[in-house]
Amino acid sequence: MRIFEFFRPTNPEAAIATAAQSKTAQQGADVRFMGGGTTLIDLMKLNVETPDRVLDINRLPLNKIEATPDGGLKIGAMVRNSDLAHHPKVEKDYLVLSQAILNGASAQIRNMATVSGNLLQRTRCVYFRDTAMSCNKREPGSGCPAITGHNRTLAILGASEHCIATNPSDMCVAMAALEATIHVQGPKGSRAIPFGDFHLLPENTPHRETILEPGDLITHVMLPPPIGGSKQLYLKLRDRASYEFALASAAVVLTIAGGNITRARVALGGVGTKPWRSPDAERALTGKTANDATFRQAAEAALREARPQSENGFKIELAKRCLAYALRTAATS
Amino acid sequence: MSDDDPESLPPSPTRRKFLLTSGSSVAASLVAAYVPASAKSAAGGTDSAPVSAGPSIEGVVPITLRINGKDHQLKIDPRTTLLDCIRETVALTGTKKGCDHGQCGACTVHVNGRRVLSCLNLALMHDGEEITTVEGLGTPDAMHPMQAAFLACDAYQCGYCTSGQIMSAVALLKEPCGPDDASVKELMSGNICRCGAYANIVEAIQQVRKNA
Repeated sequence: MRIFEFFRPTNPEAAIATAAQSKTAQQGADVRFMGGGTTLIDLMKLNVETPDRVLDINRLPLNKIEATPDGGLKIGAMVRNSDLAHHPKVEKDYLVLSQAILNGASAQIRNMATVSGNLLQRTRCVYFRDTAMSCNKREPGSGCPAITGHNRTLAILGASEHCIATNPSDMCVAMAALEATIHVQGPKGSRAIPFGDFHLLPENTPHRETILEPGDLITHVMLPPPIGGSKQLYLKLRDRASYEFALASAAVVLTIAGGNITRARVALGGVGTKPWRSPDAERALTGKTANDATFRQAAEAALREARPQSENGFKIELAKRCLAYALRTAATS
Repeated sequence: MSDDDPESLPPSPTRRKFLLTSGSSVAASLVAAYVPASAKSAAGGTDSAPVSAGPSIEGVVPITLRINGKDHQLKIDPRTTLLDCIRETVALTGTKKGCDHGQCGACTVHVNGRRVLSCLNLALMHDGEEITTVEGLGTPDAMHPMQAAFLACDAYQCGYCTSGQIMSAVALLKEPCGPDDASVKELMSGNICRCGAYANIVEAIQQVRKNA
């Protein structure tokens, strides 16, 4: 691990002012906020991240979960994953979020990992994590050996000729389906970012993963008021039963009246270069009868643009079955 | 007196004492050797200004870590993980280093009563917090019920993952967990046992839960 200066800012403004001196907020940032450390310390040990300055923001007052006047939920950036998953209001109104978080990592890591850190979770692509290899995300322009190499777990949606790395988060998949809003405070003030606009596709700049700029501090995430009577489910398929990243996962939020689907929100995990909301699947569901044929059509729609890599063609059918099964299970719950 | 007469040999330290001694002295020299003169760090301070580290070795940061109810005044390289600090600086070697990347659970300790992976935390992040290691659970004469259950159920083979397993299991007792074995397995999935003592580990945990 490279040597760094360690600071503990006493308020968000101080953290922002220091972080604003970084040349970038993306890969290779010279100033990094430290939350739970579960991603950043891991990558610092690998010399994938080499910040000059580390800002410990664990003691900033950003760790509350509060009901909002409109009936939604305000989740502080430093709330730990385990506290969010077990919060009574999340278990009652946003079950898909609780399920997604509890399907991720281990109990120890969920006690450490923060909401904002999970939003910024880095890919598990082995080429990204190994500094002996080329990687366009880590070293722009150096090439992507994953495309002709080991890519069994990598993306089938949203990839480019420069990067096929999968976004590994479970929490983000549920938040995409719940239409969360990410609130950021930066050198120029505060702004609210719709969830779908936060993560970027790799295109020809895979080192840029989010829209964050130097000094941007995620302060909280807002969930809109719950949809009464909605049926929610997170289903995750992986190589082992627990403590493993998704090969394919689905977060679904359905409203069904008289056997017809009146509202549908669908997002996929483990298959995309970002948390993958599927408006195509949602259109294929809305206004239709809640039955297996509809669910399969939605799954076909969600994966229509999927492009397999050399080793992961199986993920297309796996993701379809994952989504169809999740929809059926949710609808009949 | 013959050469192989045990009485004639110089008094030798026990293996455990030898490891503890060498562990702490190696750590002390590494800290000095690895810190460049330009490095500055601060765990506290107002706003973002670094406070002068003050110690004789520039770049080494003073902190107070409270481990098993005892305060330790330490001077550490800011890169020191909580795991390395516990093992090498404080010389409590019950906590084990397995993968050092958050994938095995051998380094599990409690911070403020919750289980965490000490390999993915910097020691500096925990000044003033209550840290518990396996040495703080019980003693050979007065074992924690979970330690006694692991012994009774033969819930280990080589023993390397055991302290992490026990720290996880003790924390699990206070977490939301269904009554069945499957729930225990799910919440213990972050602790890998390459010997495969899983069945006995689950049995030990269920024994403690039933008697609680």
